Amino acid sequence: MATVHDATSSSSPSLEEMWGEPQGLGSWLSTVDHKRIGMKYLVTAMVFLVAGGVESLIMRAQLAQPNLHLISPEVYNQLFTMHGVTMMFLFATPVLSGFGNYLVPLMIGARDMAFPRLNAFGYWVFLASGIFLYSAFLTGHVPDAGWFNYVPLSGPRFAPGINIDFYALGLIFVAISTTAGAINFIVTILKMRAPGMSINRIPIFVWGELAMSFSIVFALPTLTVACVLLELERKFGFHFFDAGHGGDPLLWQHLFWIFGHPEVYIIILPALGMVSALIPTFTGRRMVGYIWIVIAEMATALIGFGVWTHHMFTTGLPQVAISFVALSSFFIAIPSGVQIFAWIATLIAGRPRLKTPMLFVLGFLLVFVIGGLSGVMFAAVPFDQQVHDSYFVIAHFHYVMVGGLLFPLFGALYYWLPKMTGRMMGEGLGKWSFWTMFAGFNVCFFPMHVMGILGQPRRTYTYQAGLGWTGPNLISTIGAFLLGLGIALTFWNWVWSRWHGAPAGNDPWGGDTLEWATTSPPPEYNFETIPTVASLEPTWDQPNLRDGAQPPEAGGRPLLGGHLTLSTSLLDGTPRAVVFMPHATLAPVIASLGLLVGFWGVVFGAWLLAGVGATVFAGGMIDWFWPRHQTQET
Amino acid sequence: MAITHATSDVPEVDPLVPTGAPGELLPGYASGPDSFGFWGMLGLITTEALLFSSLIASYFYLRFRAGPHHWPPAGIAPPELTLPLIMTAILWSSSIPVHLADHAIRRGSQRGLRLGLLGGFLLGATFLGLQLIVEYPKTLDLFTPRTNAYGSLFFTLTGFHGFHVLVGLAISVFVQIRAWQGAFDRHRHLMVRNFAMYWHFVDAVWALILCTVYLSPRL
Repeated sequence: MATVHDATSSSSPSLEEMWGEPQGLGSWLSTVDHKRIGMKYLVTAMVFLVAGGVESLIMRAQLAQPNLHLISPEVYNQLFTMHGVTMMFLFATPVLSGFGNYLVPLMIGARDMAFPRLNAFGYWVFLASGIFLYSAFLTGHVPDAGWFNYVPLSGPRFAPGINIDFYALGLIFVAISTTAGAINFIVTILKMRAPGMSINRIPIFVWGELAMSFSIVFALPTLTVACVLLELERKFGFHFFDAGHGGDPLLWQHLFWIFGHPEVYIIILPALGMVSALIPTFTGRRMVGYIWIVIAEMATALIGFGVWTHHMFTTGLPQVAISFVALSSFFIAIPSGVQIFAWIATLIAGRPRLKTPMLFVLGFLLVFVIGGLSGVMFAAVPFDQQVHDSYFVIAHFHYVMVGGLLFPLFGALYYWLPKMTGRMMGEGLGKWSFWTMFAGFNVCFFPMHVMGILGQPRRTYTYQAGLGWTGPNLISTIGAFLLGLGIALTFWNWVWSRWHGAPAGNDPWGGDTLEWATTSPPPEYNFETIPTVASLEPTWDQPNLRDGAQPPEAGGRPLLGGHLTLSTSLLDGTPRAVVFMPHATLAPVIASLGLLVGFWGVVFGAWLLAGVGATVFAGGMIDWFWPRHQTQET
Repeated sequence: MAITHATSDVPEVDPLVPTGAPGELLPGYASGPDSFGFWGMLGLITTEALLFSSLIASYFYLRFRAGPHHWPPAGIAPPELTLPLIMTAILWSSSIPVHLADHAIRRGSQRGLRLGLLGGFLLGATFLGLQLIVEYPKTLDLFTPRTNAYGSLFFTLTGFHGFHVLVGLAISVFVQIRAWQGAFDRHRHLMVRNFAMYWHFVDAVWALILCTVYLSPRL
């Protein structure tokens, strides 16, 4: 058998034939194309944003006036729990996986993610775990102990129903998806970069996704262990958190926050990467201090592991531990400061164009700085002890999360949706959306600083008149609805642009990274030829990239020998091997369905059902790993 | 013409594939650090290692909270060592045939591959059998997971590891079926190498479990 084949012969199939997927609705179940999976992530995460948003609006309506009884206290507990769980696990992390899935292979000049079927599996498990968590509403047993679910409130004695089981199992479930996605990102970014993209030419957004993925791999197992221990205690009578039998409730808090604090950076690092991707494009200037920004991102990811006990200053920990953590909590502001100064320097040195994405970036800068400053205030232990568990915490937290994630994210939507759909979003509507969101956000959350200092505890169902909380609460509620309206405007813009947006062309903004070197939307194979990269801003420095495929004489590789992509070396991106990629398959969706049935079986104690689920899962796995076509595995 | 890798007709030489760049030919198959699967397995092992670390950290956290003279708690003797040490010897020796199988297929020895995989499977299954049939019933006579935190930790740590052995055995069955079908050769053996990595990891973790659960209470 011949082992060398002529790539240029007319008998070899075209890229369309080799990379094309089946068409039609059913193909959304079997697709392994990173772009379609990314789109599914994005849309699903936005649906959960709406769900979590509606939950928060109901809570804000309940708190608009003293002594209201719109909903019962039980429902209020369920809403704030599900709001937190939804926003953290079903919106923030998956939406970044969505952007990452769509953009990372394009930005590094690859044809897909390293493990396309694992990628599909990650999405389906995310969807299934969301369905699992929200199915709690159908049973009437919704988790109600807060998103950090402290024992003993969530233990078997004080939460006897199956409410908390939905929480513990749901988080284990969604962790499977997040971990799978993270490992996929790490291998993709380390091994699939276009030839010439050495480690010092990786776009900052890709660095952000890499830092996020490493943090997930190192932090998430701790949450999984916490949830497994809790579930063993709840369902089988084990003792880990029960002080009466040698356990300790603080163990839960340690495990939860060892995960929980890095989680904040898991969410923020890729979002900061988005900011670093947008600023050069809209200032027309190379990023100031690229290397410092990358170091700052990595430092943030690292220090983020050393600060978990600053959530526990009021639990009576030893003074030494508190001092150490307080110190690292002050330290963590430094890398964020480095990045902020680099952004400001780039803005000053360049010529900013105030398009909608740039407005969101500027809004982000202001809000994130306020959130960061109130964060430093918490690192001061005496202040923390004063405002602990008050609305001041909620204010700080949302300034960091909405400032650090939602604004960059919406900027990124306006920036990259034209690449994904081929159509521009409306500029006027975009500006309206930004200003409504910006005003709504500040009107909603700034008064919460005041409410917190006036002593309003978080998670209160209602409050008495005459405590000075009435005015700020009403203002805050009005702001919340305004914020909701602003978000709705962008969603409307998204739908509107689908049919009425102006055609985007390859590169509507004059961007500097590789995704702009292909069509909008990109073809299934991303690039006609895998380009050779010679700088950090390839589409600025290599004009031939913009004119379409880089010809083989200039370094472009057509890779026509099959369903192929390139494996390159870790540090300098030299080509090492060609890799056969798997085709569309139903195995991931079947395996995920098995997991969903299995988890339902466990939560209801229906062990037969759990067995059915496990069998379906195993079947999906065997189908998955049974080699066929020309996949790399064996 | 497309390159075919029908499992019955595997080429004995590494296929080279043109990238389309002038004159450039690259391996069309990679195992080890040039393959994606190798790094994916490393990622899985890392995250699994963190799972075990969290469990062991929980063990020592609760132990130190209990105070110096309460571990194991009153009424429970320190763990008996004879059987666990025999189990350890069996489990660790299971890494040897798996290692030999991994290297046999790199030389193209199908027989070495199949024998090594089978040997590793049998030793691993013996370990798991001893744990479930001999050790657990004996221990359950003394304390159960519901007795106290010590009992919960004992069974959670060893059970969690046992579950990993079980998953390793399931993967081994799959790899053995593929080996008997002749799916692997000198160049195509990613699945064997990745399985071997996972198996050695599970064996290595046992060292920590042994020190934590069985040896440390006697200190």
